[in-house]
Amino acid sequence: MSAHNDDSQPEKVDLDDPKLSRFDVYREGLRKDGIEIIHYEPRFAKPGTAAEKRMERIVSGLFLLSGLFATAFVAAYIFWPWEYEGAASWREPQTWYTPVIGITLGLSLLLFAVGVLTWAKKLLPIEELVQDRHDGGSAKEDRKFAESTVDTTVDDMGIRRRPFLVKAALLGAAPLGLAAVAPLGALIKDPADMLTVTGWNAEKYNEGNPVRLMMKDGALVRPDMVSAGGQITVYPAIEHGASNEFPTAPSLLIHLREQDAELLRENLYPMYQDVDALWGNYVAYSKICTHVGCPASLYEQQSQRLLCPCHQSQFNVVDNAAPIFGPATRHLPMLPLSVDEDGHFFAKSDFLVPPGPGYWNRPSLPEEDEQ
Amino acid sequence: MKRRKGTNESLMIKAGGELDDRFKLAGPTRVLMNKVFPDHWSFLLGEIALFSFILLLLTGTFLGLFFEPSMTHVTYDGAYVPLQGIEMSKAYESSLDISFEIRGGLVMRQMHHWAALLFMAAILVHMLRIFFTGAFRAPRETNWMIGIVLFWLGFFEGFFGYSLPDDGLSGTGLRIMEGMTESVPFIGPWASAALFGGQFPGTSVISMLYIFHVFLIPLIMLGLIVVHVGLVFAQKHTQWPGPGRTEHNVVGFRMFPNYIMKQVGFMLFIWGVTAAMAGLFQINPIWLFGPYDVSVVSSGSQPDFYVMFLDGLIRLFPAWEFRIPPYFSLPPVFWPGVVGMGLSIVLPLLYPALERRFTKDRAHHNLLQRPRDAPHRTGLGVMVVAFWLIGVLSGGNDVFAEKFDISLNAMTWFGRIGIVVIPMALYYITYRICLGLQQHDREVLAHGLETGILMRDPEGRFYEVHQPLAEPDEHGHTELEYNGWVVPKKMNRVGALAPTDKGFFKSIEEPTENGGEHRDEIEAGKHQ
Repeated sequence: MSAHNDDSQPEKVDLDDPKLSRFDVYREGLRKDGIEIIHYEPRFAKPGTAAEKRMERIVSGLFLLSGLFATAFVAAYIFWPWEYEGAASWREPQTWYTPVIGITLGLSLLLFAVGVLTWAKKLLPIEELVQDRHDGGSAKEDRKFAESTVDTTVDDMGIRRRPFLVKAALLGAAPLGLAAVAPLGALIKDPADMLTVTGWNAEKYNEGNPVRLMMKDGALVRPDMVSAGGQITVYPAIEHGASNEFPTAPSLLIHLREQDAELLRENLYPMYQDVDALWGNYVAYSKICTHVGCPASLYEQQSQRLLCPCHQSQFNVVDNAAPIFGPATRHLPMLPLSVDEDGHFFAKSDFLVPPGPGYWNRPSLPEEDEQ
Repeated sequence: MKRRKGTNESLMIKAGGELDDRFKLAGPTRVLMNKVFPDHWSFLLGEIALFSFILLLLTGTFLGLFFEPSMTHVTYDGAYVPLQGIEMSKAYESSLDISFEIRGGLVMRQMHHWAALLFMAAILVHMLRIFFTGAFRAPRETNWMIGIVLFWLGFFEGFFGYSLPDDGLSGTGLRIMEGMTESVPFIGPWASAALFGGQFPGTSVISMLYIFHVFLIPLIMLGLIVVHVGLVFAQKHTQWPGPGRTEHNVVGFRMFPNYIMKQVGFMLFIWGVTAAMAGLFQINPIWLFGPYDVSVVSSGSQPDFYVMFLDGLIRLFPAWEFRIPPYFSLPPVFWPGVVGMGLSIVLPLLYPALERRFTKDRAHHNLLQRPRDAPHRTGLGVMVVAFWLIGVLSGGNDVFAEKFDISLNAMTWFGRIGIVVIPMALYYITYRICLGLQQHDREVLAHGLETGILMRDPEGRFYEVHQPLAEPDEHGHTELEYNGWVVPKKMNRVGALAPTDKGFFKSIEEPTENGGEHRDEIEAGKHQ
């Protein structure tokens, strides 16, 4: 049965008819919105039965219980000891602050929700109604009125008769639009050498003196601080050298075992041979992954691999840290090392190729392109 | 005390009259209260997103009272002992303070984060429902597109949100975003410098993300949500096919009181679940990650689940770099990160138009389709879901490798091959399953229900007795038209689409006071 196809519209109802019940008026209101009642019956055939009373009691109980938990929440929020005083045992009440207020608030909301839902599902009348959808565009008449209205407006403005005016407005508006977005230009910054120069650059950051290696706490690094097979993270020994101000500087200083160092020396790219990048069996690689820049910091001693935990690029320590698995395409640049007369490591120069993620005009040396 | 004049009812009529005199409300009130909504559980998935959004606004406002979006350096001197004396940004310090030194702050933070996950999950499930039932078809393409835009706004809103605390994990996420930005040809380094105010991580990105996270994106989202829900209201909700349901009507119940009460109950239910989760289940324990340090990361660094898909693609993409030395190179992250994300935005937006083009179906559709009745679309949907899921799993492949003792490289290779092969295979399998289901529906309509009664004819052949659904012709066939809705497949489903049993945990057999009549009817019908 469909109200849409129902041609036999009931006769007009006189709303002032005193014999009309409220429901008759209501149904007439529904008809005005194209709605017909298919099925409508009270949930309980006989009002006031035991079953209805019971359902009423259940719903009321849920609401009251919800209020109880809400009160408990407010009380716990205010009176439960909450200050964090270091790790406490589970016997301390403050350990339970978060669970207690979460559960009391949650239960209060849930009980109220179940109350409302039960009311809707168990006490409201059983009903099914059908409403006309009136899909598709407006009535033909309305379209015609709208068209003529728009056309009249367009003609009033003379948009068709005054083409120059329109063009002038557009020509004026274009730069105005540009002016609106131009202030965003304040954000533009010349990247300059931010991707190529690191904290190891002696000229820029250390008045031309070679930059020494330090640890996070500022201690300068000596060869005896790393045992064979070991590795530490090193930073340029300049002001804030170990901070995020020099995000491409962190490097991994590895003390290779003799046979690994031999292997690396055999594999060494010519550019690193030329600058004699290793010092003894020590090698330093940029810690910043050439994929998207996470620290490639997991050193697997057995297989001599460095692994970046973000996307699992793996680099071969005994082959110039060239990528051997994962999405990275470039080797981790090597920091040319030496030791000064005080016995401290220093960088002989900045990285020979830019460390960190790739970009479209990243300079590369011929050796690297061959790889 | 003096008795008030008149009853409550007449007071209400008087108040209504006063309001109507001023605002002319009588007509709209009637239209609104009487509007008919179709009913089906799957129509409420989008509401989960809506209600989580409201909860996000509420909890977010609380957090905004205490969070300081500043990257100024401070030395921590708060309640959490392991970090005392550590250098960090004000953003991280205030996030720790919210967790440890603001009364109820941790619950609010966790509620905000859980609600965000629920929001995104609900959008995804809602989107699947819309897709598989064809609810995006004309005249609702615009609303589908608004929904896709809302998903991606939610994606960035969430990503920016979990970047704000400036802890170790969020900094890692920003670093990956920076690497992706840098990979864009020609403008990459400039775009990165603009985002971070110079070199990553700089000192300005948190305050920039903050204004996006608490103002711009929520404002746009709120506007779009209003339009989204408004269009559902104005275009009227789709409905499943069924007796009396046509393309030109809506069968259901009234907005007031039925629908609105269910909605309010459902909203409180979702809020209650989220609040309880916030109290019981820890999420994003930022104090364990420490402040962001460019040189520190650990394995098991995963983004929130809705970002994992993209992270997985980036992990799986092979080390392919396009180079024209020495002038140009295209880093591998550009393909999954930038192109992949771009396609994930554009293709779903275009899908309704594409389907229109290929099916040449330009009609309006207000009745939903069962997934089996659109096998190509269903296959395509399953394909995309499989692609997405393998992406998500690969986003955590290091965790799988560790927990199940599988080689990490094997996981990567599984993902690389699987993400190409599995979706295609599933497309074909789904397509065949859809056809099979269609065929079975037609079979039942033509031959009747399988009764499970086996007979043996005089020649010794066995056959199953079928119960025709209508008066059969001389060949035992029935000419019943498939109407796009569930065809009964069992004897006890005839005449009733829902199970006739009542009861949640165990079926209540005895007829109850109110249900008895109904039940007798059904049973009487069965015995005829």
